[in-house]
Amino acid sequence: MRIEGRAVVYGDNIDTDVIIPGRYLVLQEPSELAKHAMEGLDPSFPEKAREGVIIVAGRNFGCGSSREEAPVALKYANTKCVIAESFARIFYRNAINIGLPILEASLRDKVSEGDFLSVDLLSGVIENKTRGIRVQAKPLPPLAIEIISAGGLTRYVRKKLGLE
Amino acid sequence: MRVGRRGIEGLNIVEKILARASGEKEVSPGQIVDAKVDKAMMHDLTGPRVIDSFREIGVKRVWDPERIIVVFDHDVPPSTIKAAELQKKVRNFVREQGIRYFYDIGRGGVCHVVMLEKGHVKPGELIVGADSHTVTYGALGAFATGIGATDMAAVLATGSIWLRVPETLKFEVNGKLQKRVYAKDLILHIIGMIGAEGANYKAMLFSGQTIRDLGIDGRATICNMSIEAGAKAGIIEPDEKTIKYVRERAGEPINPIRSDDDAEFAKVYEIDVSRLEPQVAIPPSVDNVKPVSEVGDIEIQQGFIGTCTNGRLDDLRAAAEILKGRRVKEGVRLVIIPGSQEVYDQALKEGLIEIFIKAGAIICGPGCGPCIGISRGVLADDEVCVSSANRNFVGRMGSPKSKVYLASPATVAASAIKGKITDPREVD
Repeated sequence: MRIEGRAVVYGDNIDTDVIIPGRYLVLQEPSELAKHAMEGLDPSFPEKAREGVIIVAGRNFGCGSSREEAPVALKYANTKCVIAESFARIFYRNAINIGLPILEASLRDKVSEGDFLSVDLLSGVIENKTRGIRVQAKPLPPLAIEIISAGGLTRYVRKKLGLE
Repeated sequence: MRVGRRGIEGLNIVEKILARASGEKEVSPGQIVDAKVDKAMMHDLTGPRVIDSFREIGVKRVWDPERIIVVFDHDVPPSTIKAAELQKKVRNFVREQGIRYFYDIGRGGVCHVVMLEKGHVKPGELIVGADSHTVTYGALGAFATGIGATDMAAVLATGSIWLRVPETLKFEVNGKLQKRVYAKDLILHIIGMIGAEGANYKAMLFSGQTIRDLGIDGRATICNMSIEAGAKAGIIEPDEKTIKYVRERAGEPINPIRSDDDAEFAKVYEIDVSRLEPQVAIPPSVDNVKPVSEVGDIEIQQGFIGTCTNGRLDDLRAAAEILKGRRVKEGVRLVIIPGSQEVYDQALKEGLIEIFIKAGAIICGPGCGPCIGISRGVLADDEVCVSSANRNFVGRMGSPKSKVYLASPATVAASAIKGKITDPREVD
């Protein structure tokens, strides 16, 4: 699974309240949520992400609430992948479950906003084509790969229950 | 017994609960288990998405309608037509599936308060909730963790969930808390010490004399905020207080699980609270914690007492002790929200509500209130709120330009009287 896009760079502890503020959780349509993605921190994000972006962040990305709307908003705003030094555990599960690719790697000082990245999700190899740097991400756990390959958790469960 | 890093050793409470739930004799940190869930909880805000994912899975019936608890609390009574529609959707699902325990508006309160007081939590159980503060139930010795909507849909369909067995950090807390220093100050201090991801993917076990001295309300506050250090679960070994509480609320059978004497922990922290001051978490992160004496002059426009962290009876009592016979300062709003119908009723009987009204506070019906920035006390640009809740993230309670400081209900009450962040020990 190869993913490409320009980098948008954020810092540590990006919480789910800035990814999608609580007042928008009544919005059910993913495309509606996407209009407010990152609004608490960077209201220009949906515009930046229009052509497809890769978010690069620091530690503890997605900390805070269990709201699945956080990865949903990012995904439908055209985020191709999130690469962070670490993820809060509920966000990590939610992203895999709804099919937002994520990888753990430290790209501090290796990526600037706007750099063109190419990512191989299964091998975890990240290339910064703008700077000609390669970084190996922590490989995804086998179960995460199974869920992603099935097309998300609902399809994975359907398969397990023999419904498809 | 298992062979661990130091030879043969016992299991801790977290490992024993997850071993039981997954039908294994023993489990170790890092292992992935397929565990059977004892209870599953969702609310009005996460429920609709759970239902959509459940439909997508395509199973007709939930795995066990007797083990599912639904509580309306996040936007109650609904403040918008959209919210009302979503609540209708969840209500219909509850009816369709014959879900046994449903706490509609006026019947329950904040889900994590209701779950304990209505007897839905027993020691040794594995409980999942579509809400990050599900970790609260560790106060009664259960392993409880928050999950997203699709994970919850899979639980409703199958009754099981995959979990990675976490490493466990043990916090051995001793010493007597000073007057007007509470469980909230202790957990803020711990989060400040280990950081916002100090327990990410891990469990936090709280033990020691200070914890044993706390009532269930204080224990709930401690476990509730373990998620703010990233924890998968916060837990306290069940003791005679736990058993008494559970017997009165949930009844028999009670099968408590406790750590083996020779259990292993990833790390042990020793904390002496005898000189701990009231603590405040400075925005915009929960781990930015200082003693109240070092916060400086911070004027406030709003105080808020309530939530799954500090909306229980002991919390309202602590606030009333300070507000009795005093007035909230001109220019400050004090919003007080009892955590449940039961807490509200008891607060009325004890005369706490009268004290709050005479002090000039506004009382709202049980629910999450402004904590999530949806209704009943959201903040305007540049406003400052001191809150007994659990998160001070940018925009959490309204405008991204507002600020939220976190503290105990006593500190909030003292601050509301003075109009600035105030040490509750200075009000006497």
